[in-house]
Amino acid sequence: MTNYFKLILLGMIVFVALFAANSARDLAYMVNALTIALAAGATFVWVLRQTDEPVVQVDLSGEYMDGVIRAGVIATALWGVVGFLVGTFIAFQLAFPALNFEWAQGMANFGRLRPLHTSAVIFAFGGNALICTSFYVVQRTSAARLWGGNLAWFVFWGYQLVIVLAATGYLLGASQSKEYAEPEWYVDLWLTVVWLAYLAVFVGTIVRRKERHIYVANWFYLSFIITVAMLHVVNNLSIPVSIFGSKSVQVFSGVQDAMVQWWYGHNAVGFFLTAGFLGMMYYFVPKQAERPVYSYKLSIIHFWALIFLYIWAGPHHLHYTALPDWASTLGMVFSIILWMPSWGGMINGLMTLSGAWDKLRTDPVIRMMVISIGFYGMSTFEGPMMSIRAVNSLSHYTDWTIGHVHSGALGWNGMITFGCLYFLVPKLWNRERLYSLSMVNWHFWLATIGIVLYAASMWVTGIMEGLMWREVDANGFLVNSFADTVSAKLPMYIVRGLGGVMFLAGAIIMCINLYLTARKGPAVAADNSLVPAE
Amino acid sequence: METYSLLREFADSWMLLALFVFFVGMIFWVFRPGGTKTYDEPAGIPFRHEDKPARRDADKEA
Repeated sequence: MTNYFKLILLGMIVFVALFAANSARDLAYMVNALTIALAAGATFVWVLRQTDEPVVQVDLSGEYMDGVIRAGVIATALWGVVGFLVGTFIAFQLAFPALNFEWAQGMANFGRLRPLHTSAVIFAFGGNALICTSFYVVQRTSAARLWGGNLAWFVFWGYQLVIVLAATGYLLGASQSKEYAEPEWYVDLWLTVVWLAYLAVFVGTIVRRKERHIYVANWFYLSFIITVAMLHVVNNLSIPVSIFGSKSVQVFSGVQDAMVQWWYGHNAVGFFLTAGFLGMMYYFVPKQAERPVYSYKLSIIHFWALIFLYIWAGPHHLHYTALPDWASTLGMVFSIILWMPSWGGMINGLMTLSGAWDKLRTDPVIRMMVISIGFYGMSTFEGPMMSIRAVNSLSHYTDWTIGHVHSGALGWNGMITFGCLYFLVPKLWNRERLYSLSMVNWHFWLATIGIVLYAASMWVTGIMEGLMWREVDANGFLVNSFADTVSAKLPMYIVRGLGGVMFLAGAIIMCINLYLTARKGPAVAADNSLVPAE
Repeated sequence: METYSLLREFADSWMLLALFVFFVGMIFWVFRPGGTKTYDEPAGIPFRHEDKPARRDADKEA
């Protein structure tokens, strides 16, 4: 019976989307409306084919819901490669401007591709990794099947639709020009719906848990889901110019808008890229090391300290602006205090290996996780340092910032995700082990050397251009023009691009390895389904 | 008093105190006597139900 309501609703969505496409004021809106119509139409057909079929009631409460996690793993790997590929391409666009092809102007030039890259790696790669690992972890640590049945599939497909709408929108010029929050109003609304469904699935599973205690990884995941919902809604308060157009106008203006944007932007780093990924660390590192987390007490303090401090750090993005000094000082102070929980968490992750350090020699997957925690420590040291006003006066607007972001994103988020994928694929596809450990080794070294090339070249070029910008002669005139700094940066830009190529090559090797694991790896012997008596 | 000033005054007095007390209280709570033993149990959660959900609520007490 509910299928009929679903069909009516989907049919209406198709109709409204086609009507909107027909009345569209701009190309991006039209393409997005057609995409929505297509997605709703495909869902319509899928629901229709199941309608009035005999329903077989199977009790699935004795099994985990792993299908949606398998899909999430595939999406993570594929979006990752897409995101890294675009990133590498735009790195070479900066080195060789001729790659901003004349025939693709207004679609594939640097300005359009850059938000595509950032959103693809953060939200498509990172977001899918967070959703699929959180579904895996919350089930295992609650000893309960995912709540809400197919709602988890709605979250998965709804999130892919957000990604496709955002990506095509960027290329065609729909952007509200807020960093990491570029998607326009209708994509924001849709993401809100999907995100609330995600929250419902996650909380529903926790409520159903059979363990008395909520494992610490779930605390981190839950704080990430709730905070991102709050940040997303507040930062995207905007009024569409037309219901048939992609353009919208922000409710806040001036410095208030800037402050809200960086409150959002920094907590996207703090809760999306940190809290959520720490949730991964607190489950997958103990699993791969086969020993419990070093200190459960420290993990609780880590959690609360991170939650209490991160939310205040945003104003350090607005030193020397119209923002009052007290506000940016506040942001700076909280950023520096963040050293403590960040390093506490890093120590907790690393020391989980105490007594099992020999695994570093034999297990490239744990090596990947360990280096990711190392990069977490490095970038959470570098970040607070750069938030200090005096340091920021040199580093801001330079490539140093880009280098910092990438040591965090490639090193911490990328490596921990790769580690989780290597852990998950054999488990989810019921394989005894990975297809090839030497391919993991190759991935590890390519990615690590790639990150080192990236970060080192950006330090050099960032500090160089910062110094060139502020250099004055004896009469107080600026010595260098902007173009001087640009031409001085060419060698470093090429090195950065090569680092990207290596990182991308590693990710492709990973995809091949994971594919072969799922296809050709030796299957687990049948007795595995018995729960060990621990 | 206008809303902003009222909220602002509340935020930097009582709310600040409440959050600070919560935070410090959390640290003391974590280090309470017997805490180490209590936390051995949740630390082992990842190693219990790898393949299948728990069957009965009785597992909750385990």
